[in-house]
Amino acid sequence: MSETPLLEVKGLCKSFGGVQAVNGISFNLNKGDLLGIIGPNGSGKTTTVNLISGFVKASSGKVLFKGQDITSMAPYKIVRLGIARTFQMVKPFYQLPAFKNMIIPLYSPRVKALVGGKYGDRDAVALDLLEEVGFERDNQVAYKVASVLPQGYLKRLELAKAISLQPDIMILDELFSGLSLAEVASIVPIIEKLLLEGKTIIMIEHRLKELFRIANRVIVLNFGEKIADGAAKDVMESDEVKKAYLGSEE
Amino acid sequence: MEKRKERIDRGIKVRSEDIFALSSWREILYFAAPRVLPVAAFIILPLVLGDYWQRVLLSVAVFALLAISWDILAQSGMISLGQALFFGMGAYCSGTLNHYFGISPFLTIPIAAVVGGVICTLLLLPVLRLRGIYFSMVTLIIPLMLERVIEATKIFGGTEGISGLSVLPSKWLEMYILMAALIAALFGFRRMMTSDYGLVLTAIKDNDRSVMNAGINIYWFKIQALFIASAVGAFAGAMMTHVYRFVGMPVFALDYSILPIAAVMVGGPGSFAGAVLGSFILVPLSEALRTLGGLRIVFYGVFLVIFVVGLPEGIFHFIARKYSQFERWAEVDK
Repeated sequence: MSETPLLEVKGLCKSFGGVQAVNGISFNLNKGDLLGIIGPNGSGKTTTVNLISGFVKASSGKVLFKGQDITSMAPYKIVRLGIARTFQMVKPFYQLPAFKNMIIPLYSPRVKALVGGKYGDRDAVALDLLEEVGFERDNQVAYKVASVLPQGYLKRLELAKAISLQPDIMILDELFSGLSLAEVASIVPIIEKLLLEGKTIIMIEHRLKELFRIANRVIVLNFGEKIADGAAKDVMESDEVKKAYLGSEE
Repeated sequence: MEKRKERIDRGIKVRSEDIFALSSWREILYFAAPRVLPVAAFIILPLVLGDYWQRVLLSVAVFALLAISWDILAQSGMISLGQALFFGMGAYCSGTLNHYFGISPFLTIPIAAVVGGVICTLLLLPVLRLRGIYFSMVTLIIPLMLERVIEATKIFGGTEGISGLSVLPSKWLEMYILMAALIAALFGFRRMMTSDYGLVLTAIKDNDRSVMNAGINIYWFKIQALFIASAVGAFAGAMMTHVYRFVGMPVFALDYSILPIAAVMVGGPGSFAGAVLGSFILVPLSEALRTLGGLRIVFYGVFLVIFVVGLPEGIFHFIARKYSQFERWAEVDK
């Protein structure tokens, strides 16, 4: 492809003390892609997205977003450029009602211009966004304090917070973990809708079956290195991937 | 049969927060009283108190402002152990401006609030990234350090301090400037913290990474909160400088750091009203106990312990709860 990819990751490395968490990972991401990142526990998936989103500083390597070098930029600056993420461990503001949780991203300079300054407006926008991800209006769940919400709603809240930033790239870190099959089934259409809207998505996932239904490309990591990259079906055929997931046959 | 306490909002609370407030005087009163009564008290108290207790009231207002300033920082996730820094900085700013440049208190007080706020913010800027106890330790040390710097270098009068500063034209002006500042700070900051801006500040305390992840520069917000809090503290210091006509090393004393925290703990954190209420209890109590001599601190300490153990939520939250809800024992469904 001749045009510059939306996101370019070039030889990204990160070591924590003696542990090489990420070792020379490179990939490109084009607009409209849904890239799945999979791999066994401790293979460097979350560290990779932490490096992209700026929460962890890279030891070496580069991350380019729309051709601009964003390696080790402050997380808030990366968000403002248009990369939003969710966390594997949900990070809501537990003391606030769900819809007030949404006010924080809506207050960010990236969104400020789009919504208008008055906070009355933000409440309405927050409720609309929450309804989109499945906070039903009639049961008032959006008004409940985050600390009493079940995991399924907290994950949706994370998703809604990322959506509210209107990012170009969304990074979803194990969005499906800890959810029931029914809950996953109700979130998948939301992600499909985002793709239709032209969003680019990176998903870290252990729920491979659900991921492979929507991902058009998958990267497999093991011990911090990329061991496979391609369509979901082809990747799972690879011997190296089988070995990483199932262990060596020796 | 097992029982549990059930709390239910009073009907009048629900009604008076709705448009029906207009339907009866009782409801209007219910809604307005908690707001009007403290304001009325701030206005009337100076008129009915004698000279000595008027002085105590000045002290109460100053400590209340320091406690509010502490609460702003605490609500933004910064636990300060050094309110004396803000107080002392404001005091020295206005004192030196008045002594060396002959500027009138009407100008030195607002200038000291702003300049003192800026200096304190700059001093604490390098440690803003520290969290929890580390930030607290630094705030505790800086005022004690400044005290020693003044002692060693003998600047600004050294250990003697600067005396003979100008006073405001009348004691009533002193009193009512402080009362007005207290009312403005109490209601203004309560409003600020319920706005979206305040929500961002409280969210930083709750989970700073998540706020960063929303594209918000948390350090910029922390700097703003720090400036607001230190300006309030510096204003209090500047006022007291002109009341006492003196500024010296005691302005950095530990009292100004510890008493505001005690006041917030007794009154109830997170509401500003608790901070004010706590100051209105602790400062006069400390004065009243003066007659006990050495035992004063013992009684004071016992009183504090009783409050913190007996009412950990703080007096304000306790009263607010009783005001808006009633309790009853309900049977637990098994």
